[in-house]
Amino acid sequence: MTLTARLAPYLQAAPLALILGVFLLVPLLTILMVSFWDYDSIRIYPDFVTFNYEETLFSWVTWKTYLNTLKFAVIVWAITLFVGFWVAYFLAFHIRTTAMQLVLFLVCTVPFLTSNIIRMISWIPFLGRNGLLNSALVEAGIVAEPLEFLLFSEFAVVLAMVHLYTLFMVTPIFNTLMRIDRALIEAARDAGASGFQILTNVILPLAKPGIAIGSIFVVTLVMGDFITVRFMSGGQSASIGLMMANQMSLLQYPAAAANAVVLLAVVLIIVAGILRIVDIRKEL
Amino acid sequence: MSKAADIELASVTKRYGVTTAVDAISLKIKAGTYCCLLGPSGCGKTSTLRMIAGHESVSDGDILLGNTVINDLPPARRGTAMMFQSYALFPHLDLVDNVAFSLKMKGMEKAERRDKALAMLRVMEMEPYAARRPAQLSGGQQQRVALARALITDPQALLLDEPLSALDPFLKVRMRAELKKLQASLGITFIHVTHSQEEAMALADVVVVMSGGRIEQAAHPREVFNRPATAFVARFMGEHNVIEGRAAGGGEGTTRFEVVGGASFLAPAVREAGAPVAIAVRSDKVRLGDGEPGFGFTGLVSAVEYRGSTVQVAVAAPGIDEFSVSVDEAEFFRAPLSVGEAVPLSWSREHVHVLA
Repeated sequence: MTLTARLAPYLQAAPLALILGVFLLVPLLTILMVSFWDYDSIRIYPDFVTFNYEETLFSWVTWKTYLNTLKFAVIVWAITLFVGFWVAYFLAFHIRTTAMQLVLFLVCTVPFLTSNIIRMISWIPFLGRNGLLNSALVEAGIVAEPLEFLLFSEFAVVLAMVHLYTLFMVTPIFNTLMRIDRALIEAARDAGASGFQILTNVILPLAKPGIAIGSIFVVTLVMGDFITVRFMSGGQSASIGLMMANQMSLLQYPAAAANAVVLLAVVLIIVAGILRIVDIRKEL
Repeated sequence: MSKAADIELASVTKRYGVTTAVDAISLKIKAGTYCCLLGPSGCGKTSTLRMIAGHESVSDGDILLGNTVINDLPPARRGTAMMFQSYALFPHLDLVDNVAFSLKMKGMEKAERRDKALAMLRVMEMEPYAARRPAQLSGGQQQRVALARALITDPQALLLDEPLSALDPFLKVRMRAELKKLQASLGITFIHVTHSQEEAMALADVVVVMSGGRIEQAAHPREVFNRPATAFVARFMGEHNVIEGRAAGGGEGTTRFEVVGGASFLAPAVREAGAPVAIAVRSDKVRLGDGEPGFGFTGLVSAVEYRGSTVQVAVAAPGIDEFSVSVDEAEFFRAPLSVGEAVPLSWSREHVHVLA
């Protein structure tokens, strides 16, 4: 083999390796490195100290924040899964023409044509104390006083996250549902399965890879979110992302980095758990 | 095994919007018959099968199994079971669970249904593979599992939608023999949709030839092959030459008719002058050489195809398209013909079959 022939595969792999290296590996390693550095209120010092981790892992505040974030993740995951599955189911099985499926799927993506901050802010005039919903409810006589929990509350955070992330559930589930051979459903019906039995014995098991991929998207997005929590909770709720943002605004980069490493580990454990339950390889 | 029952279609029609896929067909299939629905794609054979199975609603007419009208019964309550074209095995279940699926739907206990499924897999000689998934099986094995899954419901009729089309030619012949053996041993009705006349002739007790949503002929394969009812059947079954023309006189139980090119032939039937006449002559009954006038013509060899035991000679003449003669191999090579040569052809009176 000539030298060029031996080099060719490496050269072919180089562009992707370079992109992954520069944009993923180097930043990750930097964060890992900085997480061991020392800092004071004005600057950070190269060092090897572990108290960033000690502070993160052994502080009651961190644990509470992690639990709060996990709580958001679970609630948002459950709601997006429920809504996303049925939207995908409707698109895949009840819309007959491919053209219509495409049109409706694009309709689902319309909110994504605006930035997610705008999408979030647009909830405020709707949910606010004197917002559309509250004034409508008060005028209709359904409630005596404006509902306070609608905005700047955990309810608002969950609502906004569901709004933002449901599509990430719809897309992969729709994709797996479209791949289900329609003859399987007929075969199940031929075997006497009711509609519900077809759903639980055929469609859901075959949709598992899509559900897993959607779950990974939603869980990682919620775990890393800080802007939705900040805007929609009005500062009344915390998340890990928000905690890191606060640390960074105080120039405590090593503390934020340690926090990020811990968060990455937690998310990776969750993803590994999902992948253990569901084999998604045939989807990729 | 449950008792097999007759299946009757009474002017069954299937319309999709404005198109009529199945046009008022009536057919009676005796219990325990191997029936093949045969025809080109789009002839309505699959729609007919799916209506019997209950996967397609009947637009008009009735389907009876035994004495019961089953038009509005769900598939599982008709006493029929369907085997799908691509087998439609559940990819996420092992073979036992695939076969036991309908028992599970009925709410049978896990241990009991697995025992039954294993017994059925044993009948199909698939027991050693019981723990595998369908994707790990060959086409022939998948077919056996699909059969096991269909038969576990103890159906009175098994409906097979092009069951052999996914297999390679050798396997096709082997699985064909297995299907025939299975049907004989179970004694239930098999309705088998196919577009291969070879398959239909090899398997069926009754061949139903369909075209354009109508039944052209329903009879024993030998009857269909030797006495095709229509020009369509004769052409579709193959190895027949169809000559079509218009009656132009005759007498004594024969009619002379002319084809467009001017040649005239005799047909052993009485027709009024000007009426259309069509005859079929089997290609293996045509001789090279002159014969009785009115029972032959001279044409030009347009192609020669060696088939092993026979040689297929295609002959063209004005007004006669696609005329072929199959000549015994040894006989052909005693005096070989080449393309472009003129050749006289003839056949005897008793080999002329008049088509409707």
